Amino acid sequence: MANKEMVSRENTSLAREGVRAPDTYVRPAVDIFETDENLTLVADLPGVAKEDLDINLERGILTIKGAVKGGAPGKAVFREFTLGNYFRQFQLPDEIDAEKTAAELKKGVLTLTMPKSAAAKPRRIEIKH
Amino acid sequence: MARWDLFREMDMLRREVDEAFRSFGMGQLLGPAFIPGIGTGDYPRINLSEDDNGFYVEALVPGIEPQDIELNVMQGTLTLSGERKEAATNQRTWHRRERGMGKFLRTIELPAAVDADQVSAEYHNGVLAITLPKAEEVKPRKITVRAN
Repeated sequence: MANKEMVSRENTSLAREGVRAPDTYVRPAVDIFETDENLTLVADLPGVAKEDLDINLERGILTIKGAVKGGAPGKAVFREFTLGNYFRQFQLPDEIDAEKTAAELKKGVLTLTMPKSAAAKPRRIEIKH
Repeated sequence: MARWDLFREMDMLRREVDEAFRSFGMGQLLGPAFIPGIGTGDYPRINLSEDDNGFYVEALVPGIEPQDIELNVMQGTLTLSGERKEAATNQRTWHRRERGMGKFLRTIELPAAVDADQVSAEYHNGVLAITLPKAEEVKPRKITVRAN
């Protein structure tokens, strides 16, 4: 029942998230994964420059906001996407060391590396003979 | 000969109604940026615009090295192909996994002839912007009428 376990884990750690009115905000696709050391979030934010990205982490709520400027010249023939504003919120588990969070935006992809606090890291205990 | 099944009919109707509502408004334009692979429809997503001088294509290709994108223009068709590679996934617990990976291929038929030698492309923040100048013969010409 690995599946069931995953669902329950998700419910405890990252269950709640906020999205703004869907007609004006794009909800970026994200990958969130956890290793022994970090919780990493990767988000696709095509069109967002570094200075237009706003990442906020307070009281366990992570908010990602991004604005897209510019656009193609001419008049539209057909469109499959709108680049407006990105918005998404996540509730993070308590064991995140917010001070040491590192963010990197490259080629329209944001990578947030959030170290787990010492208490949350698994420790291997040696057995003495 | 399929038997008429009330429940299936109801399900079909429900799906049709859902479908009708889904394409309502801007829902289509605000989806996730990149989901390549088979059976995911047309990716990367593109916008096409034009003015008197040319066509402009914007494609959403976040996280792909510009040199890994293959662009071809042939007989009024623009072809975009490439691959978004997956980073090594060792020992991790996934909480969310929404970003698509893999190869993509997209052909776009251009509404008029373009000057293939003059096509240029730029990559900024995961958006590829392609400029395709129109061929001389399809550019609109302004003819001034002289009064005698």
